[in-house]
Amino acid sequence: MNARTLLLTATAEPCAPVPRRQLTGSQWAAFVAALAQDSSLELRAMWADPLNVYAVFLAPEDGTVMFASVPVELGLYQALSPARPSAALYERMIHDLWGHSAADGLDVRPFLDHGNWTATPPLATRPLPNLTAPEPKEFLPVEGEGLHRIPVGPVHAGIIEPGHFRFTAQGEIIVRLEARLGYLHKGTLGLMQGKSPRVAARFAARLSGDSTVGHAIAFARAAEAAAHVLPPPRAEALRCVFAEVERIANHLGDIGAIINDAAFALMQARFVWHREQLLRATDTAFGHRLMMDAVVPGGVSVDLAPGGEERIIQVLDSLAAEWDALLATYDNSASLADRMVSTGALSADLATSFAPGGFIGRASGQAADLRRVPGYGHYRDIDVEMPVLTTGDVDARVRIRMAEVVESTRLLRHILPRLPEGALVERLDALSGEGLGWAEGFRGDIWHWVRVEGGQITAVFMADPSWRQWPLLEVAVEGNIVADFPLCNKSFNCSYSGVDL
Amino acid sequence: MAWRTMWRALRDGPATEPAPAADPLLAESLAARLHAAAQRRLGRGLAIRQVDSGSCNGCELEIHMLGNIVYDLERLGLRFVASPRHADVLLVTGPVTRNMHDALMRSWAATPDPKFVVAVGDCAIDGGVFKGSSAIIGGIDAAVPVDAFVRGCPPTPAAILEVLCTLVEANTPPPERVRRM
Repeated sequence: MNARTLLLTATAEPCAPVPRRQLTGSQWAAFVAALAQDSSLELRAMWADPLNVYAVFLAPEDGTVMFASVPVELGLYQALSPARPSAALYERMIHDLWGHSAADGLDVRPFLDHGNWTATPPLATRPLPNLTAPEPKEFLPVEGEGLHRIPVGPVHAGIIEPGHFRFTAQGEIIVRLEARLGYLHKGTLGLMQGKSPRVAARFAARLSGDSTVGHAIAFARAAEAAAHVLPPPRAEALRCVFAEVERIANHLGDIGAIINDAAFALMQARFVWHREQLLRATDTAFGHRLMMDAVVPGGVSVDLAPGGEERIIQVLDSLAAEWDALLATYDNSASLADRMVSTGALSADLATSFAPGGFIGRASGQAADLRRVPGYGHYRDIDVEMPVLTTGDVDARVRIRMAEVVESTRLLRHILPRLPEGALVERLDALSGEGLGWAEGFRGDIWHWVRVEGGQITAVFMADPSWRQWPLLEVAVEGNIVADFPLCNKSFNCSYSGVDL
Repeated sequence: MAWRTMWRALRDGPATEPAPAADPLLAESLAARLHAAAQRRLGRGLAIRQVDSGSCNGCELEIHMLGNIVYDLERLGLRFVASPRHADVLLVTGPVTRNMHDALMRSWAATPDPKFVVAVGDCAIDGGVFKGSSAIIGGIDAAVPVDAFVRGCPPTPAAILEVLCTLVEANTPPPERVRRM
């Protein structure tokens, strides 16, 4: 039996909009063995609660979302990482937060737990006081002659999030990079438990500040699915507007920052100027530059202010007027191409195996985009066009981001004049249920899961795509010079806070 | 071509906006504290080291915008530096997580005296929405003494710039010192 059939034979537990397949330990082991031979299911997220380990899969061919869970027995479950290497990072996080060990896991070193917490594991039913002193981090071994190690962080030279990068280099060439994160762990999931979805949405909006809209939409959709409520059409359309504005604003900032790392300060000045104008227009239209807390379970909390649509369109017009000139500078500068082309290349094979989603995937031959397949909300009514490149280098990621700016601009011009009339928010009654929600943030696919009992959250997870993107950054920089790391890193722009939870 | 550029420049004017006004009360109180040490050592300029001690990255996005041509903080004598050893000001965001506490303390210890600490964002004030989590130790002043706070989630670039300009104002050397230079 193939992996998909194995899942369908398992017991279906109620979860909306996708039933959860509760496998027994032996069914799960057979499923993992089948997955090793079967590439049709991509691992998209993985997490746990005190009793089970959960995994979300996407079949890219037809957009089917499959949701599986397996009970943890005596603190153990069969590791998924031998069949899906991208599971390794999730397995380390599951061990740190819930204490479940992945038997035969590829990597069992701590990730989020640095030995500083007062009680561990923090999300277990009964955490135990942590009495041991923090131990030095153990890094992956590297063998060879003339190697040296460069430790960087957690506090970086620029204005970016904290994380530790351990480079091993031979001369100027990076032989291995290991990213050690967890510095930003704020205990967010624990804080959300015992709260209503409406209150907990504030935490979803603050998992990763640059994706506040993306995460808020995924969380709201999970909470709405659990309560079997649909947001009003106007709210669905406004969520699209928020999401596309967020996408454009982030891409403008990132494209500018990447190009600035190749010393093209003028282009950065222009891209970031447009970003500033867009954030101001957003403030006019929705009362907040980053649209924090604009999306709530059941709908949206703000309507389009008078004059807001005109401001946004005006900014998009001014960007469009300068776009060709900016693109021409990018295309016609040999010294820029010298830094961008073939730098930090991510192979299509690795992209297929890790399914990073977003512009990283689209620059390496992966067409996946949740807005198209399986689709959700207002995107089901509109067409989203996304180009795919295959070179997988910094240049490809910049070009995909540029194409996304153009497409999101087109979507905004389409949606804004056609906003449906009506209510902004639907009431969520204090019911019990389990829901899965997804959204395409600017980095890629975001997955949220929530279990509500009597109107209160009893278990929750928020999965940023960065879980599957960080390991690929580590590989993409191999063979590049250390000086090109900032270019590679910014072209990925993985979230630190998003995985630190 | 050159005429068109010149004409456009004349028509549109510079994109950079006037700087926000300083808060006189805060300036006065900070000036009093700094009078002895700071004025001797620092000129009319401040080097800023940003430390994220647990932020969601929202505050960093807005701090980044201070460098764009609209705010252009370098014209005001303010600049971001790569090391706390070169800094007069630590601009700290986020609640202090247990996993970042050590790194924040080390950054603070590496910053030479006299130094200012500016806590940016609601989380930096008291932990914000993360208040009560066992994974954080609290706002920035739970770890290091704070000289000024900037409210907001995240604060706007203008709000952050206002406090930084106030610091420069408080730090301005007396006129005779300027003449000697």
